[in-house]
Amino acid sequence: MLELFLKSLPAFGKGILITLEITIFALIFATVIGLVVGLINIGKNKIFKAIAKIYIDLVRGTPLIVQAFFLYFGMTGALKFQIRPEVAGIIVISLNAGAYMAEIFRGGIQSIDVGQMEAARSLGLPYSKAMIKVILPQAFKNMIPSILNQFIISLKDTSILTVIGVAELTQSGQVIIGRTYKSFEIWTMVGILYFILIYLLSTVFRKIEVKLNV
Amino acid sequence: MKKLSIILAFLLIFVACSSKKETSEKKVYKIGTDVIFAPFEFEKDGKYVGIDIEILDAIAKAEGFEYTLSPMNFNGLIPAISSDQLDGAIAGMTITDERKEVLDFSEGYYESGISAVVSAKNDKINSADDFKGKTFAVKKGTTGSLYAEDKQKELGSQIRYFDDSPSMFQEVANGNADITFEDYPVIAYKLSLEKEPTLKIVGDKLSTAHFGFAVKKGQNQELLEKFNSGLKKIKESGEYDKILNNYK
Repeated sequence: MLELFLKSLPAFGKGILITLEITIFALIFATVIGLVVGLINIGKNKIFKAIAKIYIDLVRGTPLIVQAFFLYFGMTGALKFQIRPEVAGIIVISLNAGAYMAEIFRGGIQSIDVGQMEAARSLGLPYSKAMIKVILPQAFKNMIPSILNQFIISLKDTSILTVIGVAELTQSGQVIIGRTYKSFEIWTMVGILYFILIYLLSTVFRKIEVKLNV
Repeated sequence: MKKLSIILAFLLIFVACSSKKETSEKKVYKIGTDVIFAPFEFEKDGKYVGIDIEILDAIAKAEGFEYTLSPMNFNGLIPAISSDQLDGAIAGMTITDERKEVLDFSEGYYESGISAVVSAKNDKINSADDFKGKTFAVKKGTTGSLYAEDKQKELGSQIRYFDDSPSMFQEVANGNADITFEDYPVIAYKLSLEKEPTLKIVGDKLSTAHFGFAVKKGQNQELLEKFNSGLKKIKESGEYDKILNNYK
């Protein structure tokens, strides 16, 4: 078993790097998307709000694997352009996580007492400064558990990208099994590797949460 | 709590009954096949057809055994056989020494071999000499992927893995990968059906191989013997040739 693990380690290592690369990029974009869309939904512009609603409903209403197939095999063929599967993966997961993050941000911001915004405005702060300096910092503390949740979900979602040819961790397991036929051993190892990745991610977040609460 | 225990009890009895039912009747073999691998297995009008399907059906009739068909992605077949989820598989599966370590194969029932396939619009790749540095699209667990892996170092190529033949072909047709390696009969059949082919074969066959019916090594030997004996019968009766002609 140890021999199999050591032999597979280079392949696992490459898979982990791709998994992390996609997750990190996607989450950065998703946070930006989520913040923008979340603020739109709190704001007053009806047209933007309608667009935001369509975006969130579409993304939440279709499975991630279908979104991945649609972008990578469907759209590229229909519109005759090419993108790397990893790029398609980042786009799909960004849009996916972004929609959920938008709702997290909206909920987090709305949970802050209305009095906070009123006080900030009555002190002469413009809406944007009030948001950035008063509301968001407080909201962020509350949102950390939900954000961590979404980060974990997005990391695990990368495993679906194997169907569009992304060589992430799950696919590296499949390829090794295609040669060695050792399903039980390899899937156990892959499961443990994902568990370690997510455990490390959760630990980082918990440290952030503790720091913010002090 | 009492209601819950009654419901649980019923569930347990139901599960126990359904598993007992299987063993008290005649053995029905669970045989796996690929989801889509024309002309060997594919779905038409809601039913599975193809060379593999018809050969299996003819042999089962000749030898008098019953089976259920379980289509799944090719790379799941060998794990399923190894974990006793399937009794056997017929799926355009090439007989190889590596596979013989975990499977027992029947006599070869179809001669095949790998061909290199590129986009029909690709005029840069005309022979095996042009494979250097290109991107290969392959299907997980197939001899095509093995060929790509063997050549990867010397050619400095990138390999992308997919679960099924359509995804793999689509990757090359879309231009995201340069070459795929597929069993010759499969790509030849696909090209024969298309009015405007999106792919083309490059060069001669890269290997020669035979398809075999597979069971778990050391088990289901009676099923294997029935397949071999049935194969002989349908070849002698001419039914084998008739089946092959259906897909020319």
